[in-house]
Amino acid sequence: MIRSLALPKGLGLSALALAVAGLSAPLAAQTPPNVLVVGQIAEPQSLDPAQVTAVNDFRIMMNMYDGLVRYADGTLEVEPALASEWQISDDGTVYTFTLRDDVSFHDGSAFDAEAVVFHFERMLDEDHPYHDTGSFPLAFFFEAIDSVEASGEHEVTFTLDEPYAPFLSNLAYPTGLIVSPAAVEEHGEDFGRNPSGTGPFQFEEWQSNSRVVASANPDYWDGAPALEAVVFRPITDANTRVAEMMAGGIDLMVEVPPDNVAQFAEDPMYQVSEQAGPHLWFLILNTKEGPFADQRMRQAINYAIDKESLVDNILEGTATVAAGPIPPAFEWAYNEELEPYPYDPERARELIAEAGHEGAELTFYVTEGGSGMLDPIPMGSAIQADLADVGLDVSIETYEWNTFLGEVNPGLEGKADMAQMAWMTNDPDTLPFLALRSEAMPDQGGFNSGYYSNPEVDALLEQARRSVDQDERAALYKEMQAIVHEDAPWAFVANWQQNAVSSAAVEGFRLQPSFFLLLHEASKP
Amino acid sequence: MHLYVLRRLLMTVPVLLGLTVIVFLIMSLIPGDPALAILGSYATPENLARLRADLGLDLSLPQQYWVWLTNILQGDFGRSYHLNRPVLDEVLERFGATLILAGTSLALCVVIGVAAGIVSAVRQYGWADRIITLLVLVGISVPAFWLGMLMILLFSVELRWFPVSGMYSIYGGGDLPDLLRHLVLPAIALAVVAAGVIARLTRSNMLEVLRQDYIRTARAKGLDENRVILGHAFKVALVNLIPVIGVQAGFVIGGAVYIETVFQWPGIGRMLVNAISTRDILLVQGGVLVVAASYVLFNLCADLLQYWLDPRIKA
Repeated sequence: MIRSLALPKGLGLSALALAVAGLSAPLAAQTPPNVLVVGQIAEPQSLDPAQVTAVNDFRIMMNMYDGLVRYADGTLEVEPALASEWQISDDGTVYTFTLRDDVSFHDGSAFDAEAVVFHFERMLDEDHPYHDTGSFPLAFFFEAIDSVEASGEHEVTFTLDEPYAPFLSNLAYPTGLIVSPAAVEEHGEDFGRNPSGTGPFQFEEWQSNSRVVASANPDYWDGAPALEAVVFRPITDANTRVAEMMAGGIDLMVEVPPDNVAQFAEDPMYQVSEQAGPHLWFLILNTKEGPFADQRMRQAINYAIDKESLVDNILEGTATVAAGPIPPAFEWAYNEELEPYPYDPERARELIAEAGHEGAELTFYVTEGGSGMLDPIPMGSAIQADLADVGLDVSIETYEWNTFLGEVNPGLEGKADMAQMAWMTNDPDTLPFLALRSEAMPDQGGFNSGYYSNPEVDALLEQARRSVDQDERAALYKEMQAIVHEDAPWAFVANWQQNAVSSAAVEGFRLQPSFFLLLHEASKP
Repeated sequence: MHLYVLRRLLMTVPVLLGLTVIVFLIMSLIPGDPALAILGSYATPENLARLRADLGLDLSLPQQYWVWLTNILQGDFGRSYHLNRPVLDEVLERFGATLILAGTSLALCVVIGVAAGIVSAVRQYGWADRIITLLVLVGISVPAFWLGMLMILLFSVELRWFPVSGMYSIYGGGDLPDLLRHLVLPAIALAVVAAGVIARLTRSNMLEVLRQDYIRTARAKGLDENRVILGHAFKVALVNLIPVIGVQAGFVIGGAVYIETVFQWPGIGRMLVNAISTRDILLVQGGVLVVAASYVLFNLCADLLQYWLDPRIKA
């Protein structure tokens, strides 16, 4: 009687088991040949280069668009792209670009001087009919432009307000990628979901939170890509991203958690690539008030933090120790002679005693995550322990990224003695100009949240951005680095080494120091 | 009868209206700034101010609320700042995915939970009861996201039976078998806790009913035992289970947030997590409103179903 009850249930279970077995036909190679599936860290925000600020979105867009210039393979130096050549006037204010005449946008419209003018005026000119199609957060990259004109069908002339050396480098940045005017006219503010450029891959579809698909552009001016298509999949959870890699659901992933890098490196089925990039992880120190108004205290902090242990143990070798305000990825501008502050708690204690701040109580702002912030909470705790070791009493306040920026950007005065920060930039000028100048104080619209001010540094930065001679610029930046290293307005902690893992089948792919993902040359049988 | 239904329906209106106020206030009380989220690292005060004005964030709170509410009543939920598309498009697209996942999970946990609960009750203190009780304890105690991760490691990475994540295959696929293949693991991971709760309550309710006099009478009349258990006893127990299942439906939708993250299911839970971290206010408000409204609707259905089943309310 009751036994009969067990029967239908048993039946149900075996039916379920059968159904499951039927659904679970073993999935061998899951990604089709000649299609590269990339595991991204997040859903893109937009595919409109004029709208985007996140590296995650740059990785997609660099494959769909071209700029007038681009970074040469493996470097941060510019080379021709949509512009075949250019002249710069002697005073450094007029740039004349000769454009390629054999290029079309993916939507079929011709790429010409008018398109370039459209792209920049849309961002910079408030009266432009399409200026209301976005908020253009990085338009200030091109604030130096006074006018942009089509001086011929395939010639564009930019006139700058004043000499501005990072201009070329900014043109190679995603904000400088040229959009199709016809597509902007057609889609208006929805252009970001219906992108059209001139790049090696053309946009096919964007399914929210599932995939962005781009197919090969057979007419690409720099040679058709080897791949038929690229699929970008947003996989926000790092563990799931690793599982997808191991199960063959993706061919390539970026930002591999440090714990997993070693595991992939040992396995012949995978290739791990690493590449240093223009990234700096540092602590902003409040130089206006409290202990860090004293230079000796700022140096003491730099001695007290065991940076080697931080990058080896917490970041497991996915970063290197930083020496100063400019990352070594900017080879030409990097001051090789600067050594990172050594780990020397003894020296730190001496300096603290000299400054008379033994046992000082410090407030330290830490974030939970955020762009380029690596592993901020464990890093914050380790720094707290290192400082306790030299007798400083640090209390940590943790904020979610958006709140954190809202606290830190307006300046640390009256709130905190130190705060974590990280920047990824495209030119050695950007970070010091925006965050170390006397005129870059928060109330003046800058990011100098620790109120550092040194007229010498100001003068060097000003000169360097006005010089069109790279050797001269390099010398100025090197001098600036030496001064900032000595003044120690920041605690210089780490430079991130970007990593990626790909399946052994992927060829012709290398990471770029720009942190972009360039797939034009990549192939996968 | 109709009066009760009407009253119950009308009650949902102030509830939903109250919801809009709460959702709106929560979003305005959490620190942070949508303009900052959009502008990222390079947010200068000047740009922030301009963007806030563009987004209507410089209005007073009551003004902002009023604008939002009147727009919603006209079916306009606004545009997501972050995704740069209409909120309603995004929410409906994502809610569909969540309903597929949560609906499947709910069906699973009701079927499994009720069956296990009945067997447990009928064979009280027997082997089956002990094994089921142990499984229920484990099911309720194990965190769903951890279970999900383990399932991925075992069934996707090691055995390669099921895809790791997503809702459809990236290439090809897109048909029903493809969807089901992607659905199996997340639906099971999401069902486990609720199935445990339902099994427990089914067991205790059934034990309660089986002790009643009328069951003894039915058995004494020589009715078939299966008919006594399923026809009489379970029907009575079900009346008490319906509201529990309604509440579990809410928990399943809540739990979907974690499971959607682990399995990268393109549902509304994951959308909300992203929207909150990017301070995409209109998207959060629209999303929460739709989820809450559906929850209110579930409970309404559960109440009406109970009313229809329970002779005592009818009388």
